[in-house]
Amino acid sequence: MTEWLFDGVLGLLLLGLAFGALHGRNLYTSVLLFIAFGLALALVWARLGAADLALAEAAIGAGLTGVLLFTALARQPGPADLPDATRTRLRLGAAAVVLPMLILLVQGLAPLSEIEPRMPALITRHLDETGVSHPVTAVLLNYRAWDTLLELAVLLLALLGARQLGPRPLDLAEPWPLLRAWARVLAPLLVLAAGYILWRGASAPGGAFQAGALLASGVVLLRLSGLVPRLRWSFAPLRLLVLGGLLVFIGVALMTAWLGEGWLTYPRGAAKLLIVLIESVATLSIAASLSLLVVGEGEDVSS
Amino acid sequence: MSSSLFWMIIGATLWLLGLHGLLTLRQALRRIIAFNLMGSGVFLVMIALAARSQPSDPLLIALVVTGLVVAVSATALALRLAGVAQGPEHPTGQQEPRQ
Repeated sequence: MTEWLFDGVLGLLLLGLAFGALHGRNLYTSVLLFIAFGLALALVWARLGAADLALAEAAIGAGLTGVLLFTALARQPGPADLPDATRTRLRLGAAAVVLPMLILLVQGLAPLSEIEPRMPALITRHLDETGVSHPVTAVLLNYRAWDTLLELAVLLLALLGARQLGPRPLDLAEPWPLLRAWARVLAPLLVLAAGYILWRGASAPGGAFQAGALLASGVVLLRLSGLVPRLRWSFAPLRLLVLGGLLVFIGVALMTAWLGEGWLTYPRGAAKLLIVLIESVATLSIAASLSLLVVGEGEDVSS
Repeated sequence: MSSSLFWMIIGATLWLLGLHGLLTLRQALRRIIAFNLMGSGVFLVMIALAARSQPSDPLLIALVVTGLVVAVSATALALRLAGVAQGPEHPTGQQEPRQ
């Protein structure tokens, strides 16, 4: 009974926050509610037994996306709160399209909740051969390492796409003294937490994505409080960090294809070592890419 | 009704709420938020499916963890594009982006 009460309240809160984020009175309210939505979603993930995801969502969905949206909001020209000229008729029409779809979707999804999945048993059976003992990490870096490889490529593509759009100066207001003081305390703790989560990822919830997101939020925090200089793509070590994850991953893939049994099929015994290597480099790469995406700036015209 | 079905329905509602927003809203920022909500709805359905077995299905969780990072990078790119589409921040012609 209590469980249902909790689920119901959480579900309603999620939908209410989503509605508020869409139809908030002004954009500032919308963005604020969207960040709250991210946090509520992290709670839902924890409730549904996906601790890995809760960690990632709290750092990425609520933290980094919030900074991104606020930066975009600050850039809005002039009156950002221009009245949303949506007519009632249009809204009603859209609702008339969407509501029947809800019925169709629920009808389609309902039978799925009864089927007993077979994958978890398969994954557990072969867990010993993967080199790690946490099933999610095993899926991410061994069974479906392709996904992670391509995901790093997508991250790089997004970064390159954003970079094509020309320089973007980040005009920071004079940081609040309290923020500076906090950033000094928080940043080392974030680095420590990221390292811990990365290492724990082999046997418990955690891993490269969560650690990378935490590191990136540390960099963003330091940048926003003006404690580190500008992040620029032209800075060669940063470039190397961004590319490093993908390069090491492709290198391992090529080596396993050439010398081993096949593309990304790790040799027996070396799986743990390779996974830790890939994960550490991928963490740094994800951290560098995300922080460049959030607070990266274009090059100076004169340089 | 099982807990997994309940969260699947919430996920589907979230997706449709996002779709409704995408159909009716005009401001770019709100549309990007609507698109993100649709993504979260899909993730929620997937995780509800993962929660059918105890402990949760690691395959679906891993897919969503990957999806989350892809979603945030797509959002960053979309926001950047929206910022450019809203008009040049600097008058063009005065400076050229250095390559």
